[in-house]
Amino acid sequence: MEVPILKQGAFLIATFQAALSDADLNQLRMGLVQQVVKFRSRAVIVDVTAMDVMDSFASRTLREIAHMIRLRGAETVIVGIQPEVAFAMVQLGLTLEGVATALDLEEGLAYLNEKFKTTN
Amino acid sequence: MSVGEIRVAINSDQDIVSARQKGRVVANELGFSSGDATLIATAISELARNIVSYARKGQITIRQVNGLNRRGIAVIADDEGPGIADIRQALRDGFSTSGSLGLGLPGVRRLMDEFEITSQLGKGTTVMVKKWRP
Ligand SMILES: Nc1ncnc2c1ncn2[C@@H]1O[C@H](COP(=O)(O)OP(=O)(O)OP(=O)(O)O)[C@@H](O)[C@H]1O
Ligand SMILES: [Mg+2]
Repeated sequence: MEVPILKQGAFLIATFQAALSDADLNQLRMGLVQQVVKFRSRAVIVDVTAMDVMDSFASRTLREIAHMIRLRGAETVIVGIQPEVAFAMVQLGLTLEGVATALDLEEGLAYLNEKFKTTN
Repeated sequence: MSVGEIRVAINSDQDIVSARQKGRVVANELGFSSGDATLIATAISELARNIVSYARKGQITIRQVNGLNRRGIAVIADDEGPGIADIRQALRDGFSTSGSLGLGLPGVRRLMDEFEITSQLGKGTTVMVKKWRP
């Protein structure tokens, strides 16, 4: 399954679909980091609004994505975690510590635009 | 209303996705809220992934359960994989033999109302979980 990655100025926006398999997530992790390198992006927004389940593998992959992107000097913001999904994550014991999150795409963009005001 | 038993063969990571999707459908049919359906689907995802990671193949069975005056859903994950040497250890938060988070089994226990696990070294593992409709 293809995850669309959209380039918007110095940012990249990746939109996750509902039914991503582990293989899809692994592929996405590599793809995103490559794109960050290619476009010298300052930040990546990962939109998970459509994701119906965030299990241990998905959240570990998100954390790894954020970590790899940080090593490139860029930032990751996860947006759109649904309330029910957030509740399940807490029960499971998952955290996205050290990864910025925002309510939705709009807030994520606002946060980054503020942060990179002078450069973007 | 009653739903028949649904069995999903688990052989690959793609089957994890179909198992949790089917679980959500059954949960909805049984009248669970969409929040509860998300908890159930998440639990199925963890159990199915353990099958793929440790036993390579197995199956997930999803069915309705009837209590005295309540109704619920049961999910059974079983495999004929290597089994678990120390179940108490495996149920501890953070214990993993694969360098992972070690949250799957203890997390599933928190997500569901009832949790039973049996495992025999060299024979396989069966995890049965239930959630009752409020
Ligand atoms: N079906 C199984 N067959 C054999 N061993 C299993 C099975 N399920 C779990 N285990 C063992 O129990 C340990 C704990 O499982 P658990 O799902 O809690 O954590 P994990 O899979 O290691 O990490 P995570 O689920 O957080 O990615 C595993 O590391 C593995 O050794
Ligand atoms: Mg696991």
